[in-house]
Amino acid sequence: MTSTPSTGETHVAPQADHGDPARSLIGRIAEGRAWLFLAGLIICFEVWSRTAFGATFVLNPFNVQSILIFAVAPLLLATGQTFVIISGGIDLSLGFIMGLAAVIAAHATNMAGAAMPVPLAMLAGILAAVIVAGVPGVINGLLISRLRIPPFIGTLGMFGVARGAAFLLAGGTTVPVQNSWFALLGNGKFYGVPYLVIITAIFVIVMHYLLSQTRFGQHNYAIGANAQAARRAGIDIKDHILRLYVLSAMCAGLGGALYAARFTAGAAQAGEPLLLDSVAAVVIGGASLFGGSGTIFGTVAGALVIAVIQYGLVFVNVEPFWQFIAVGVVIIISVLIDQAQRRFSGARQDE
Amino acid sequence: MNNQDQTAPLLEVRNLSKHFGAVRALNDFSMVVRPGEVVALAGDNGAGKTTLIKAISGVFQPTGGEILLRGQPVSFSTPQEAREKGIETIYQDLALADNLSIGANIFLGREPMRKAFGFLPVLDRKTMAEAAKATMGRLDFHVSRLEAPVSNFSGGQRQAVAIGRAVYWDAQILIMDEPTAALGVPEQRKVISLIHQLKAQGRGVIFISHNLQDIFAVSDRIVVLRRGVQAGERRISETNHDEVVKLMVGG
Repeated sequence: MTSTPSTGETHVAPQADHGDPARSLIGRIAEGRAWLFLAGLIICFEVWSRTAFGATFVLNPFNVQSILIFAVAPLLLATGQTFVIISGGIDLSLGFIMGLAAVIAAHATNMAGAAMPVPLAMLAGILAAVIVAGVPGVINGLLISRLRIPPFIGTLGMFGVARGAAFLLAGGTTVPVQNSWFALLGNGKFYGVPYLVIITAIFVIVMHYLLSQTRFGQHNYAIGANAQAARRAGIDIKDHILRLYVLSAMCAGLGGALYAARFTAGAAQAGEPLLLDSVAAVVIGGASLFGGSGTIFGTVAGALVIAVIQYGLVFVNVEPFWQFIAVGVVIIISVLIDQAQRRFSGARQDE
Repeated sequence: MNNQDQTAPLLEVRNLSKHFGAVRALNDFSMVVRPGEVVALAGDNGAGKTTLIKAISGVFQPTGGEILLRGQPVSFSTPQEAREKGIETIYQDLALADNLSIGANIFLGREPMRKAFGFLPVLDRKTMAEAAKATMGRLDFHVSRLEAPVSNFSGGQRQAVAIGRAVYWDAQILIMDEPTAALGVPEQRKVISLIHQLKAQGRGVIFISHNLQDIFAVSDRIVVLRRGVQAGERRISETNHDEVVKLMVGG
């Protein structure tokens, strides 16, 4: 019998399907928890600042701008980190790759400035920073994919190498940039929106496209969930891992270049405190450190959560050390929610 | 039955050997699989079943002998080549990415793309979902939640997805390595009924199992391996559990 089941029939007898919309609603809330966190935090700080100082927190455009600028550098690291963590790896070298890129951007812009017009020198500096950042990325990728070094160890080694290289290139100090366009890029605004924020927003959208709409992104999720299945499906895992770590290093490279623009100087320690923030942003954003889940927009929310906590606590005049505690608590809570959700869907499998 | 014996074999293995140094994992082994036929491979641990299927599916290069697909000699240097020729292996440990939908798993590694806004290449999720629905429908497995990750489905349902992937890519020979081993009893029945569907579609199935009950429920013939050689071949209709066990242990 060649039956052609109508759509109505499949809904009447969903024998293969335990669809339950209520559960998927809870799942959706759990997935979007970073944005809920963010909304809750903003409301808390708004109430706090109104009761304590009679001033608005979030309706003040200067605050919003400052928070966004604050979030730019950790977010750039975290976009690359999102890809890596989804694949089941981790990249600990990003912080100092960013520092290395900041130093390179400063040197390259200054050197190029002697030979070409100011705007071109700026572009040359940014390009040099991103490309040079790719070098440790290639080494990370080769170590992890070809020599099977665990990502944690391989990138930890590169953390040291990039750190040393950055300080050597900077001569142990910060490298000032002489380039008016570069300074404008880092501090100027377009209709009140800082250029840095515009560049980061465009970059994040491109990365969201790469993760959610391309084969590269799809394979990244598959490798994170089941590398063996991905290999059996014919995905070239070695090649993918190599490209993955180059991508994350280049994200850090862009972060370094924008750092150099913002402070008109390249500093080797530029990304040092940002590495753990980047991992935290990815985790708060809903990714699992075991790989296979996470989104770029979740990471955006995660980075904003951290920025709002850090800036907000300063704004309401709390001792800055509370920032560490607050961010740490948020990380733990979001991992707990993730675990609870997993147990929830795990129970469904056993049914 | 006699009629079936005369149809041209889909897959023929002639005098296949695979030696690992001095170890003769498989020695001068021959078998055929005809369209719409389920051939069970039985044998104790280490009898050479896994070596045989790895040689057929392109994981190992055989030391000697030949493999013929529809009468044409073939040799595969990778599992991908075997898959392109229509030989698909379904592993007991569910080779699926649990976080992806059924469609994404069917198309894993060969995702269809479309152009958004006329220029931007994006994954064609609609085609994937439709193909998933149609394919799973052919296996009598109706799903409405096509976007849900396969982790939401049970073990047998996921096994069905793995089989669905082979069906979608039009595999003619499916090698199933212990497809029921990790499953509960109702799930095992579901897989057995899937194998009946594959048979009805004229595909050849090589079914490896330790479970004689499953073998007798689904197979047309049983080939018994013992220490790398063929210890016997019986029609299921003409044998019984005791005889098969005797062949396996060499009684």
